[in-house]
Amino acid sequence: MSASLQTRTAAPLLQVDHLTMRFGGLVAINDLSFEARAGDITALIGPNGAGKTTVFNCITGFYKPTEGMITLTHPDGSSYLLERLPDFRINWRAKVARTFQNIRLFQGMTVLENLLVAQHNPLMIASGMTFLGVLGTKGYRESSRKSIEKAEYWLEKTGLVERADDAAGDLPYGAQRRLEIARAMCTDPVLLCLDEPAAGLNPRESLELNTLLRSIRKDHGTAILLIEHDMSVVMEISDHVVVLDYGTKIADGTPEEVRNDPRVIAAYLGVEDEEVEEVEAEVEVVAEQVEAEHKA
Amino acid sequence: MTIAAQTSLPAARAAESQIPKAAREAGFAALVMLGLSFPILALRTEQNMSNELILTSRWSWALIACIAVFIARFVQILFRSALAKTLTVFGSLVLLGGLARAAGAAFDTFAASVFAIGVALVALGLVWERRAATTPPSTRTAAERFAWFAPAKPYVAPFALGLLAAYPLLALAAVGQGGSIKWIDNFGIQILIYIMLGWGLNIVVGLAGLLDLGYVAFYAVGAYAYALISTQVIPATFPGLGVWAFWICLPISGLLAALWGILLGFPVLRLRGDYLAIVTLAFGEIIRLVLINWVDFSNGYAGISSIPRPSFFGVPFNASDEGFAALFGLEFSPIYRTIFLYYVILCLALLTAFVTVRLRRLPVGRAWEALREDEIACRSLGINTTNTKLTAFALGAMFGGFAGCFFAARQGFISPESFTFLESAQVLAIVVLGGTGSLLGVVIASIALVGGFEILRELDFLKQVFGESFDPTQYRTLLFGLSMVLIMLWKPRGLVSTREPTAFLKESKAVSSSLVKEGHG
Repeated sequence: MSASLQTRTAAPLLQVDHLTMRFGGLVAINDLSFEARAGDITALIGPNGAGKTTVFNCITGFYKPTEGMITLTHPDGSSYLLERLPDFRINWRAKVARTFQNIRLFQGMTVLENLLVAQHNPLMIASGMTFLGVLGTKGYRESSRKSIEKAEYWLEKTGLVERADDAAGDLPYGAQRRLEIARAMCTDPVLLCLDEPAAGLNPRESLELNTLLRSIRKDHGTAILLIEHDMSVVMEISDHVVVLDYGTKIADGTPEEVRNDPRVIAAYLGVEDEEVEEVEAEVEVVAEQVEAEHKA
Repeated sequence: MTIAAQTSLPAARAAESQIPKAAREAGFAALVMLGLSFPILALRTEQNMSNELILTSRWSWALIACIAVFIARFVQILFRSALAKTLTVFGSLVLLGGLARAAGAAFDTFAASVFAIGVALVALGLVWERRAATTPPSTRTAAERFAWFAPAKPYVAPFALGLLAAYPLLALAAVGQGGSIKWIDNFGIQILIYIMLGWGLNIVVGLAGLLDLGYVAFYAVGAYAYALISTQVIPATFPGLGVWAFWICLPISGLLAALWGILLGFPVLRLRGDYLAIVTLAFGEIIRLVLINWVDFSNGYAGISSIPRPSFFGVPFNASDEGFAALFGLEFSPIYRTIFLYYVILCLALLTAFVTVRLRRLPVGRAWEALREDEIACRSLGINTTNTKLTAFALGAMFGGFAGCFFAARQGFISPESFTFLESAQVLAIVVLGGTGSLLGVVIASIALVGGFEILRELDFLKQVFGESFDPTQYRTLLFGLSMVLIMLWKPRGLVSTREPTAFLKESKAVSSSLVKEGHG
């Protein structure tokens, strides 16, 4: 246990250094640096438009960052520079999976098919780039059976096994969110990036989500990077919280630390009208301190 | 009994209160029809003997059109049962036809029999509507209603295949050697070529969701590959292989077409939707224009003639002593080659179907469908969308190439005229009408569109109704457009619009068309 803890602290799984993303004149992310450790649940929070999803898109290769470096180090020591990989390789080689803020399931395919599409690359190899698969060789049938078993495992885990043969678009909203997580997990990721997984869930579903995410971390050792507005989820399950505002990191620490940070309270949770000036002054002082630290 | 009477009463009353509304709506529709028919049907310019344009009027035509529209709209609003609507409207049209005949020619036995059929149809429609109005609406689902059919389901495919295999022999037995060539060639082979093209394009449009308007380019590549290799390359290098030309060129044509599919695929990888459609359309035209203008290569408009016909695995179909007929001790007849060609295209089409069915269940096929559903999600799951699109283009093009090779061998002569945009449009229409992604839908649409056109030639009895100068084949395009509009209104996602899943855990449930995406390029 302590050994694994040491390796954790030794090499962060994901290291984001001086990440900057500009769209024309708009600076969506400004010199952002943070890290996510293996086996941790790291939450990325901030008000609307703070640049959280842009960070995700940079990590998962949908955007090429203007500046900065994103390093992913696997437990076996191999490391990948994510900003240089094309998006599909980030999932296939670097083992980073993601979900989307507005759910992106294959709605016209069944729940099971969604999970089989997620296992595309291993199945493609097993089918001998299709040629052996057309002939229906034994090896391919075997791996095809295994892929269905794996899908079934994740369906049981997310409570969707009863709906396996229904179209994904027919599922209720909460189930679609869970299915998207199951689909991402079928790619065997080392880092799972969840973009607002609790959005639109009722309190009971939120609790189930917490259980699912904890179990993913515990049973599979998958680290989770999470964007979330639902504080009951963030404060409950995350080990480490990074707060963004206007593309800049304003706080970074344990949920407890972040919760009491005046800048976070000002930027994220909002303040009473009469306190605004007071808080603003405070924020300025803190900002100067941070800048001084940076210069030092 | 009393319950039935009680439920029927409000329904009947509701129908009665609908009559003024239906009459009003129908009158309005007839008025619109009058406005439309006035310049087109009622007035007509003709040239008289001294080459002058004179205006003639055909008020009876306009009147009949207006009455037909009135009846159709009236029945559509008033009746509830779809079958009763169809029967009544169709019967009224037949009645009107009889009326036209009686007014135009004479009230003879033909007109009387048309009248009788019309009256019978209308009566049947009214009776059916009466029945439908008095029985409570059925709550059974489609699956329950067709439950009686379930035990026969596993036998449908083998039966259909057996019928396809026996078709030429059945035609031969039914109409003899002379008459059956038309049925095997114009109906059998022609429809099968379009089925094969439809299935090939289905991979690109139906599965991968990439709208390709230039599919005929690959058909042309296959046809010219066979024509040029068999008339130029083989006689110059290995003349002895002449009888085998078709069998050697078939795979080459497919591979060349696949290569061109990849060549087209590369520049259009980033394009989606309308933009993809325009570039593929242009690609189809480029191929055709090159074939027209590069005369040294393709002989331009004149085309390539005396293309060798396929041999029976080395045995030619001719009247010589080594020919097919002599070898099997038969009397020489061109029918044997036609029957053989039928089986060749049947096998090629079945190969296309087999590969499509197989590939759908393989990761590459699922990736195509996933690409159609959501490209961004595909990339997030590690699917190389570039390769996936290119394989779809290449495979679709390959089957187009096979079909082209067969087409050249069947015709014996090809020219760029055979590969116009209209061909692409017709194949695309077959795929869209059939229901994108559905193999069965493509078959039904091909039979309806291609076979329907051929059937028009056979409808001589319509001349008795509309006069001797009436030629049904002139109405091809009109009927084509009309049937497209009607099918799209009735089944917006094509004839077979549900999607069969490629894998299941407990039971396979068809996916409703409302969930399946069309793809956006």
